[in-house]
Amino acid sequence: MTVVFQKTKGLTDTPFHYCPGCTHGIVHRLVAETMEELGVLDKAIGVAPVGCAVFAYEYFNCDMQEAAHGRAPAVATGIKRVHPDKIVFTYQGDGDLAAIGTAETVHAAARGENITVIFINNAIYGMTGGQMAPTSLIGQETLTTPYGRKPETNGYPIKMCEMLSTLEGAAYIERVSVYDVKHVLNAKKAIKNAFKAQINKKGFSMIEVLSSCPTNWGMSPNEALKWIKDKMEQYYPLGVYKNTLEEEK
Amino acid sequence: MAKVLMKGNEALAEAAIQAGCRHYFGYPITPQNEVTAYMAKRMPEVGGVFLQAESEVSAINMVYGAGGAGARVLITSSSPGISLMQEGISYIAGAEVPCVIANIMRGGPGLGGIQPSQSDYFQATKGGGHGDYKLIVLAPSTIQEMAELVQQAFHIADKYRNPVMILGDGMLGQMMEPVDFDILKKEENKIEEKPWATTGKGTRNKRNIINSLELDPQILEKHNIEIFKKYQKAAKEEVRYEMTNCEEAEIILVAYGTIARVAKNAIEIAKRENIKVGLIRPISLWPFPEEPFKKTKDHVKAYLTIEMSMGQMIEDVKIAVNGQKEVYFYGRVGGMVPEPMAILEEIKKIRGKK
Repeated sequence: MTVVFQKTKGLTDTPFHYCPGCTHGIVHRLVAETMEELGVLDKAIGVAPVGCAVFAYEYFNCDMQEAAHGRAPAVATGIKRVHPDKIVFTYQGDGDLAAIGTAETVHAAARGENITVIFINNAIYGMTGGQMAPTSLIGQETLTTPYGRKPETNGYPIKMCEMLSTLEGAAYIERVSVYDVKHVLNAKKAIKNAFKAQINKKGFSMIEVLSSCPTNWGMSPNEALKWIKDKMEQYYPLGVYKNTLEEEK
Repeated sequence: MAKVLMKGNEALAEAAIQAGCRHYFGYPITPQNEVTAYMAKRMPEVGGVFLQAESEVSAINMVYGAGGAGARVLITSSSPGISLMQEGISYIAGAEVPCVIANIMRGGPGLGGIQPSQSDYFQATKGGGHGDYKLIVLAPSTIQEMAELVQQAFHIADKYRNPVMILGDGMLGQMMEPVDFDILKKEENKIEEKPWATTGKGTRNKRNIINSLELDPQILEKHNIEIFKKYQKAAKEEVRYEMTNCEEAEIILVAYGTIARVAKNAIEIAKRENIKVGLIRPISLWPFPEEPFKKTKDHVKAYLTIEMSMGQMIEDVKIAVNGQKEVYFYGRVGGMVPEPMAILEEIKKIRGKK
């Protein structure tokens, strides 16, 4: 019998704990498939965040280290400086990467730290139950913005890709989404490029994935995917923000 | 190599390199800046990594990553910087990653000053970060001893898979003394395999995971008990102290670090006045040495703890003495250093008491 599809070796057999309709599962699989296809699973060292993906170390089939809130890029820096020829990646949410860990993120990028960051932006704090994230949209209702996010009291959402792409040390920065098959396929390509940038020792790479949180958004999985497309994508345009890989061609 | 004249901070850095440390992450803060400068120059010469982080918070997490990845790794800072590192230190202890942390203390609280102090004793020995954990804390009193203890610290950190802290003060960091690196214990510099480290799976069957998260209370309790067994072992095997003139002493001074040297001067002056004074100098602050107090409590009139703080180590001294003798305190703070004559005055006051 011909095998037409099988589970990637990049994931363990541990069942995901994620809520129904959450896109973490898709992104996990894309990252895992990418590492398998690039043949780097045996030399990959991942850093798990705090937040919904806190158990990422249970899922990726490679060595893993669990970091404190926001510190994943610093932990990854330490690992990479010890093992410059290994493949080091972080997997972080918006609260982790764009609030408590902003300094770690910006400076890892500024140093051109040769690591890959997978950034899950679902515009809300998931694990703590739905509070405002730095990426929550203007007007978005959350537990801590019950009347909607207002710029005058809560400030503006942070566009990480736009911000980091201004830094010399950033090698590959792209924003993708996973709300339909076409976008999932494109996200896979982006993640692969990010890992290739690291393999080619180009510097810091980050893929921002606009993701869903049906539970904390109070929507059905389908409505949530539609919300990414209709609302999030308007404020966070998809696309490649920086690509030093192209310069090689 | 003959003796070389070095600043305490430089000796600390050189001793780490000679102990096989090839990764240093730090952030400048006075009075330990010579370490960062020394490492920036020396690490490239030995094929090592010097990285100036964007903050102490980042630096300690780089240490967590590098230590987890199997390297001998050093971080140094001074009081306010060490406060910022507490989150990372708790994680490192929880995840059982070895590393060496040096705190070259300055006055506090808050921004405080840049002059020497010993007011981080509680933070170093009682926790500082959240959760049940212990650091093994070593306090040198000379620059030679600084070099020796740094090397032992790497060995102890690996042995227990736990952070070890070198607790010095600004005076020790800034003063110059001759150091002989040849007499250091070379066998402790041998780095053993770390099969638990995140090095990439390679041909290993099992993935290595470095982690401090346990949501199941029963498993977390088990983890806490396991790491405390380790601390109990350290409490037996890593006790270090020095006793000077204690045999016939009527008053025994208790002091650590540079102030123990001032205390020794006070003892000499007292001797000229026919007052018999001894000194117990804890070298390991955790585990705190209790034996010298057991050995001396029968013949001494009282203990006098001397610190550059408002009185922190005195609590451990009182526990060790266990109410069997009086324990007095003399201290200066804010960067002021107790003087021998002032200590002598305190000794005389105690002698005058019935």
